[in-house]
Amino acid sequence: MGNEGLLQVSGLRTFFFTEAGVVKAVDGVSLHVDKRETLGLVGESGSGKSVTALSVLRIVPRPGRIVEGRIEFDGQDLLAKREDEMRGIRGSSIAIVFQDPISSLNPVYSVASQLTEIIRLHQRIGKKEALEKAIKILEIVGIPEPETRIHEYPHQFSGGMKQRVAVARALACEPRLLFADEPTTNLDVTIQAQVLDLMKGLKSRLGMSMVMITHDMGIIADMADRVTVLYAGQVFENAPTKALFDSPKQPYTEALLAAVPRLDQKRTLRVIPGNIPNLIEPPPGCRFHPRCRYAIERCTNQIPTLEEVEPSHTVACHRWRELELTGGTVA
Amino acid sequence: MSGKVLLRVEELVKYFPVMSRGILLKKMMGFVHAVDNVTFSIEEGRTLAIVGESGSGKTTTAKVILNLEPPTSGKVFFEGRDVYKVFGSKDEAEALALRRQMQLIFQNPYSSLDPRMTVFDIISEPYHIHGNIPKEKVTDYVYDLLKMVGLEDYHAERYPHEFSGGQRQRICIARALAVQPKFIIADEPVSSLDVSIRAQILNLLSDLQAKLGLTYLYISHDLSSVRQISHEVAVMYLGKIVEFAETNELFNYRIHPYTQALISAVPIPDPKKRTTRIILEGEIPSPITPPSGCRFHTRCQYAMELCQEKEPTLDETRRGHFSACHYNSKFY
Repeated sequence: MGNEGLLQVSGLRTFFFTEAGVVKAVDGVSLHVDKRETLGLVGESGSGKSVTALSVLRIVPRPGRIVEGRIEFDGQDLLAKREDEMRGIRGSSIAIVFQDPISSLNPVYSVASQLTEIIRLHQRIGKKEALEKAIKILEIVGIPEPETRIHEYPHQFSGGMKQRVAVARALACEPRLLFADEPTTNLDVTIQAQVLDLMKGLKSRLGMSMVMITHDMGIIADMADRVTVLYAGQVFENAPTKALFDSPKQPYTEALLAAVPRLDQKRTLRVIPGNIPNLIEPPPGCRFHPRCRYAIERCTNQIPTLEEVEPSHTVACHRWRELELTGGTVA
Repeated sequence: MSGKVLLRVEELVKYFPVMSRGILLKKMMGFVHAVDNVTFSIEEGRTLAIVGESGSGKTTTAKVILNLEPPTSGKVFFEGRDVYKVFGSKDEAEALALRRQMQLIFQNPYSSLDPRMTVFDIISEPYHIHGNIPKEKVTDYVYDLLKMVGLEDYHAERYPHEFSGGQRQRICIARALAVQPKFIIADEPVSSLDVSIRAQILNLLSDLQAKLGLTYLYISHDLSSVRQISHEVAVMYLGKIVEFAETNELFNYRIHPYTQALISAVPIPDPKKRTTRIILEGEIPSPITPPSGCRFHTRCQYAMELCQEKEPTLDETRRGHFSACHYNSKFY
């Protein structure tokens, strides 16, 4: 892994100003992505993983707003950019693949027009040339007979094929950073394997960086070089993938590993009690404390900060030094 | 393994007609072969899982067993009684009594609870329909049920929108248990829930089985949860069972090439186990015109000429382990 930074997010706060109150969806998230690396962003619904991605692209839907923080991409301050400058970055330098290809592709335009639109928006080339380029990309993402299929509409493609089109669209301008937001959650396992395999291949071929957003620890173990664990809008742990699975330092990470059923072994699932907290009034102190089996009084009133376990491993937990947590890799 | 058989499904077939578009001259275009000659049985107190991808016919199998969709042909026996005879007879009391024994939990707890009813009404409604306990005891039973599925008394007066997904699924489970069934079909009960909540529901289902002696038909595409909860597994592909065995046996000695690919496709949460996966080409073919011979041959890496011509039968290859492949002997 080259340790050259590509994306640096620091102290990001993105809130949603709803009638019921201010939802602190992302509350002080810092993370970084190096060149050519895959960062796994793990968390459950409401952890802020998608909103973090949307914030970097500056496409947070209303009533959401970036309240605070700094987002630096390749030395440029993204939050200082004008909207027209951002438009030049979206799609060409930073792209995103969403979970649901059915709603992210426009049903009334053919695949050809959706792909060439993006290519011609960012590159000064003619229609014919753009179409040729689009066909080539479809071929790369494994769509059979791309010359004929490119003129079809999204509904004529199956779920897996639609997601390939969505990946093709994201990669059309060879971005340097790709956010993949649960790209395989709606797909069958055999199709998921196809798409993950495709993304792995494309990533190394194009030399880009990727942020893999998922709640599936299996996909993380398979794809990510490094992992950032999010909970209720905050970063709980940062670690290289192997270290995270071998010796997690945050009780939430441990609990997450112990709660997922595994294909390679049958074991007693350890339940995480309770529910994901309400982000309008998050629990005081450590946000995980009401569900944490190791919580002590300090956890209920003091917010833990990220501390260094090793240079590449940071954790936000008051008790990480004294706890001996079990990883997910024990047989 | 030699317990009493509670449910037996024999040569179950369900075809859906496909009509051409148009108003006046609707023509029959063919059939969707949703379930094609499926046979299995479940013993009392055990869990059989049906796994398969979307379009494999697993949910249709469940619906046909409960007669929510009438079968094209085939029989289902519950405690030795012919289910379709009971549901088809004029004796509605008997049909209702049989319904009581067989309950269903749906995938989506957001759409399967009436938003205008309180939890108390939702859970007590089955009692009013089935009248299985005296009226004055209903309240006590409802509170007992809430406790059994891990909810509190004060939840009874609330409405479904006030609950999270996991809690709603608990309400659905309580409602299914209200009529004291022997058999529950759970159709993807955890796939719409968050990961930290899935374990709660899977454990709850296991605990209830141990406590009440329930029998489950667990339908899922998620092999990890299947391994966790089931005693036996049937793998379905395009309306047919291609492999059947006890859970550990199946995961340790996967024989059918489709099962092999399916299992290898699941990412294991352990970075040390990054293995090369068997990547299947293409997608599940159309069930309107399923491939000739073995239905899997279009995607099978081992397919030979014979596979296109002749349909394999489900044969016992190891003890209690059935696989439908011409080359069974090659794979174990």
